[in-house]
Amino acid sequence: MINSTIVRLTLRGLFGRRRFLLLLPLPALVVGMAVLADSLGATPAEWGQPVLVGLGFAAVLPVLALIVGASVLGSEIDDGTAVHILAKPVPRREIVLSKLLVGFVVTTLVVGAGMLLAGLVAGSARLGLGLLAGTAVGTLAYSAVFLLVSLLTRRPVLVGLAYILVWEGLLTNFLTGTRVLSIQQYAISVADWAAGTDVFTGGLSPQVALIMAAVVVVATTGLAVDRLRSFTLTGDTS
Amino acid sequence: MSTVELSGVSRWYGNVVAVNDISMALGPGVTGLLGPNGAGKTTLLHMMAGFLAPSRGTVSVDGAPVWRHPAIYRTLGLVSEREAAPDFLTGHEFVLSSARLHRLPDPAGAAARAVALVDLGEPQHRRVGTYSKGMRQRIRVAAALVHDPAVLLLDEPFNGMDPRQRLHMMEVLHRLGETGRTVLFSSHILEEVAQLSGTVQVIVAGRLAASGDYRTIRRLMTHRPHVFTIRSSDDRRLAVALLAKEPVVGVELETAGGLTVRTSDYGTFARALPAVAVAEGIRITRLLPADESLESVFSYLVAS
Repeated sequence: MINSTIVRLTLRGLFGRRRFLLLLPLPALVVGMAVLADSLGATPAEWGQPVLVGLGFAAVLPVLALIVGASVLGSEIDDGTAVHILAKPVPRREIVLSKLLVGFVVTTLVVGAGMLLAGLVAGSARLGLGLLAGTAVGTLAYSAVFLLVSLLTRRPVLVGLAYILVWEGLLTNFLTGTRVLSIQQYAISVADWAAGTDVFTGGLSPQVALIMAAVVVVATTGLAVDRLRSFTLTGDTS
Repeated sequence: MSTVELSGVSRWYGNVVAVNDISMALGPGVTGLLGPNGAGKTTLLHMMAGFLAPSRGTVSVDGAPVWRHPAIYRTLGLVSEREAAPDFLTGHEFVLSSARLHRLPDPAGAAARAVALVDLGEPQHRRVGTYSKGMRQRIRVAAALVHDPAVLLLDEPFNGMDPRQRLHMMEVLHRLGETGRTVLFSSHILEEVAQLSGTVQVIVAGRLAASGDYRTIRRLMTHRPHVFTIRSSDDRRLAVALLAKEPVVGVELETAGGLTVRTSDYGTFARALPAVAVAEGIRITRLLPADESLESVFSYLVAS
């Protein structure tokens, strides 16, 4: 199911890219803001929503998941090195799952560490672990979606940003019915449930959030596998 | 021993037909896929390699379809035109990862053999990002050969290679062809194809314009005059005698000596010339088919 050579190659490729390395400190922003708010005497109930949800779940998590998710396979397709892996007798499912694993683990570790620390700053280990759980669920769904997007378009970052800003940033705030199709809401709702906190509130029940996240992951991963089977080499036709 | 078979293969993009109803079978040995830029060579190679679906027709290797069938890469190796080697790996790591992806029993040994085959030596431990274009090409050939495929497809493999590297790569491909591998390489440079392969598939404007031994192809094109340059003990008298013969359609005396003869029938002329020389008592010191080069075959095909 998972190919260790592909995982190693993907990790080396990812950490060799500057735009990814530049984004690594992003989660530190969440921790920094939490520490700042705390030191200024604000209570977690006051700074929790804007810092953990507004900055963490709505900005840092999707942006990092997008950059990583779109890079794990998209960058290789972009620079032509994907052929190295694709011209091998490796089942396409194995390639997609290996890439997804890298995207999921890297983003969860990087963003999750920031969210966990921010939760600890708020004085609650359970809040920290809840945030980590929400981050993990959100990351998995985002990674699967952005991996598929990188197979569907040559501009995955642009399409991903449009989803994050327009769909999640605007529509789900105005039309509550669209929350069921918002990965951000899955992450917040799971974090809310796991942390048992009233610092922020999720818009979905944890069951719905988890089921929908699972549906999104399975459906987009299945589509990505099928899409990769039909991978077409483009280039100068001569 | 493997055979690549194309049956009625077409590929179009909207209204543009890139490849038009091509059928061919490629067996062991080296075959050159020749055609001018934009003829459809890369499109055809991508379809053979399973990286492009034919709009119509089928492509198979030993009877198994290549499209949406990754298992075919156990038999097939591909060197695409684009420089597709990750810059952050060393050459050795690149070939080794290729061997591992093939799940070879001894990846390190296979990688060492493949690198030795392309004669990369010490630079294999440098990052691919520091390589010259020719070195990149060679390491990519090594990666494509690491599992010893029965079929090797190469898209413009000599691009960016210096003459010495080119010669070495030609030797490698020759050896592979001689040992029963099916090797197909595309090129728009005629001398490459002429040097490396007697068998050509000529693609012009998406169609298979000619197929087979290029010298035979040339001879079969009887409606085009064949041109020979001849040097003899008496060029002028030979010219007069040859003009009297049926297949000769023109003779030109060269100022620097020798004559150029145009004939409509290769075989009849080849038999007539010695008879004329003997009858006239003329000694022929040189006889060269002036237009047997692939270039002339190619330009004829493009023109028609």
